[in-house]
Amino acid sequence: MKNINRLFKKGLALLPLSMVLLLSGCNSELAVLDPKGPVAQTQKDLILYSVYFMLFIVVVVFAAFTYMVVKYRENRPGRKETDYDPHMHGNNKIEVIWTVIPFIIVIALSIPTVDTLFQLEKPPEVEANEEEQEPLVIHATTADWKWFFSYPEENIETVNYLHIPTDRPIEFKLSSADAMTALWIPRLGGQKYNMAGMMNTHYLEADEEGVYKGRNSNFNGEGFTKQTFEVYAESPEEYDQWVSETQDQAPELTQERYDELLAPGLTEEHEFSSTHLAWVNHGNPEGMDYAINRHFEKYGELMHLESHQDAEDFMDEENNDDHESDRDH
Amino acid sequence: MQLDEFFVTGEPLIYAGMVSIALVTISMLFFLTYYKKWGWLWREWLTTVDHKKIGIMYILSALAMLFRGGVDAMMMRTQLAFPNMNFLNAQHYDEIFTTHGTVMIIFMAMPFLIGLMNFVVPLQIGARDVAFPYLNALSFWSFLFGAMLFNISFVIGGSPDAGWTSYTPLAGAAMSPGPGQNFYLLGLQLSGIGTLATGINFMVTILKMRAPKMRMFQMPIFTWSTLITSFIIVFAFPILTVALALMTLDRIFGAQFFTLTGEGMPMMWANLFWMWGHPEVYIVILPAFGIFSEVISAFARKQLFGYKAMVWAIILIAGLSFLVWVHHFFTMGAGAFVNSVFSISTMLIAVPTGVKIFNWLGTLYKSKINNTVAMMWALAFIPSFVIGGVTGVMLGMASADYQFHNTYFLVAHFHYVLIAGTVFACFSGLVFWYPKMFGHKLNERLGKWSFWFFVIGFHVCFFPQYFVGLDGMPRRVFTIIPEWMPLNIISTVGAFGMGVGFAIFVFAILYSYRYSEREKTGDSWDNGRTLEWATPTPVPFYNFATLPHIDSQDAYVKLKQEGKTTFEEDEVEPIHMPSNTGQPFIMMAFMFVSGFGLVFEWMWMAIGGLLAVLVMMIIRSFDYDEGFHVEVDEIKRTERSARRL
Repeated sequence: MKNINRLFKKGLALLPLSMVLLLSGCNSELAVLDPKGPVAQTQKDLILYSVYFMLFIVVVVFAAFTYMVVKYRENRPGRKETDYDPHMHGNNKIEVIWTVIPFIIVIALSIPTVDTLFQLEKPPEVEANEEEQEPLVIHATTADWKWFFSYPEENIETVNYLHIPTDRPIEFKLSSADAMTALWIPRLGGQKYNMAGMMNTHYLEADEEGVYKGRNSNFNGEGFTKQTFEVYAESPEEYDQWVSETQDQAPELTQERYDELLAPGLTEEHEFSSTHLAWVNHGNPEGMDYAINRHFEKYGELMHLESHQDAEDFMDEENNDDHESDRDH
Repeated sequence: MQLDEFFVTGEPLIYAGMVSIALVTISMLFFLTYYKKWGWLWREWLTTVDHKKIGIMYILSALAMLFRGGVDAMMMRTQLAFPNMNFLNAQHYDEIFTTHGTVMIIFMAMPFLIGLMNFVVPLQIGARDVAFPYLNALSFWSFLFGAMLFNISFVIGGSPDAGWTSYTPLAGAAMSPGPGQNFYLLGLQLSGIGTLATGINFMVTILKMRAPKMRMFQMPIFTWSTLITSFIIVFAFPILTVALALMTLDRIFGAQFFTLTGEGMPMMWANLFWMWGHPEVYIVILPAFGIFSEVISAFARKQLFGYKAMVWAIILIAGLSFLVWVHHFFTMGAGAFVNSVFSISTMLIAVPTGVKIFNWLGTLYKSKINNTVAMMWALAFIPSFVIGGVTGVMLGMASADYQFHNTYFLVAHFHYVLIAGTVFACFSGLVFWYPKMFGHKLNERLGKWSFWFFVIGFHVCFFPQYFVGLDGMPRRVFTIIPEWMPLNIISTVGAFGMGVGFAIFVFAILYSYRYSEREKTGDSWDNGRTLEWATPTPVPFYNFATLPHIDSQDAYVKLKQEGKTTFEEDEVEPIHMPSNTGQPFIMMAFMFVSGFGLVFEWMWMAIGGLLAVLVMMIIRSFDYDEGFHVEVDEIKRTERSARRL
């Protein structure tokens, strides 16, 4: 048991080291540490900056702990009389030191934290060799358990996926038709809540082309796990092309169709050549009870969702429900 | 209502739960009847007002709840081990993480610590009971009936499924219809009454009932942490009470406080919940700090390093705990300025906490460390908690939190602080004070096995979760994608390791009951520093035959030096003690009935139960039982036999 004891303590001392290795090893793989845009980059830099401080603290405490536990064991061979002082009750000098140092660390962490907090409220800054662009406004609205992305200027709307141009700030207008959710695209940046009856502004930007995973990260009921979407970040030309194709080819979104889609449940990807903002904006106080007034009964129904199922498995059912709701209207 | 709507149907796991509940109940009834123990149960336990017995009942209930919450945890870990697992469906998973969180915080961590406080604090300050023994019994029964009300939800009516935070509008009547969420509201409300009363009780006990001449800055550190915790309880719990009442009005009586309709303010719930919820996490961590301080000082055979700094650190942490609640939702969009303020106040908590860590290390410096099981739990706490602490500071940096929030990084953090802090402290404290409670020690060998399984399992379970969180795995998902599998499998293995550790711990309790040597002296570990060790074991129901005069910290160290005891024969006087009473049990049983009625919105039952409670209160108002006196002869007889004089 004693050997294990010692082994364990050595292992504990190695823990911070393993943390460094894991962090550096996984650097390229862990989503949050693999930024594809300036916002995520800022956050990654801040996280790594803080990790150095944390590792310093961990190393200091672990080293002191290991020293104490090894040296002052009662039955350590070679213990001296002077190793025991039962009446020691404090030491002002050292107590001041270990109060002041953490305080300085807190200051060192606060400054960049506050700085980035104010930065993240604005569109990401443009790099020297690029010209400044107006942010692209996209309304990201959630309803149990799907995403609506409305492009008011382009007058198109997508469900459960979106396209964005690279190197242009995206100004997300976040709101929810029902429960509180959060828009999170780890490789592009942190999350923010979508809430009914109010609107949050959230800036993100992609500087590399690619398909990124996005999701609702705030629990909102049975379909939460499946409330994901994909972000297609593409060159401005490709993006413009996609916009005009959608404008030309996608059907118009009628209020009736929108109300059907709002009903709780899973749904596949869709695209439309108009937006629901024409008749309701869930980010306004007036839009807060729109969904609940129309689908009150359905919020209590279970889907009996299992892990291998996704939207497709519920399509037939959804169609049946559609007929029922048609009758209601 | 049909019977199949009343009982939960269609889930094999829940049928198994029903069968085991039925079997345990039947065997308990059989045991009590066969051995004619009903009278014993009623006289010795159900009607007791003795703080020691109430403390033991708290701890036993908390261990049962730890089992329940642990089973929930292992079911979740099983479901998350592999992608596309079909062990639990989404709904069942949602119910289980909701009950896991609620049970562990409200019905495990808090009662466990309150149990230890109940048993230890009056003994540490030289009191013969708490200030309000009747109220103390009431507190316990309100907790137990509240816990039962919450727990029966999984076989009757259905479990709540909106998370332990129960954010509105999700938890409102529209999106979570049915009795599940009502069980949450009323279970918490009922047990909250008891917690609030406990806070008041211990505040008064510690402020007014200390041994003669014991000054505030001579109190043992666990008593200090209990006092501060009591203040937090008294300031924080009313917020929960009000918030729960408002949501109950919403759900059952059609009010619109937190609804999407009628200009409700759903986000107000998040604020109210965390204005209680953040102080709540300090309610479960400060007593833990107190326990570690006592255990480390005892088994290092050394006075606590920086006692005054420790006390002020606790007070500072308690104050700050009310000023940080927004950090639970930095992502709500309150703006850069608000987030900056709460970011800094959050990180500031690290300063007094760091001071405490260094003071524990200072206590170990030039000490004689005796590696008993209680000490091992306390030592394991230090490095483990530091990992939880530094990641907590990272979460406190709001702009980085946008990436950590709602992920397994957060899950890993709060398990690192709550398990390494609170759960290790519960085990450490229980092992430490066990001989005082039951007259024999827990088997050390088994204790070490359970320690290693639990601690290693804990790190294996939660350390990988930091990384899977950074890889974008949100909390509360019921199934994983293949990329997250390797870390999740490791995590699941660790969780089962902890399960094995807990099982060995329970086995150690049963084994030690049969085989451990019975204690002969009151100072079981031969290193007691505080007054509880001055009492004989088993502790007489009046605790102290004579009250010592206290003029230093570590009162018992001084007593031992002076050759004094808590039984100075020529100073013995009759002792006034409170009488046992069944009223608290009966009153809270009616409260349970009333709560159950409200859950199913059966108003006749709810009102009937409340009327019965009112009748009980009236009976209590005309109760002139002044207690009784223990005569000098009886005290001398008890003490002589307990001290083997």
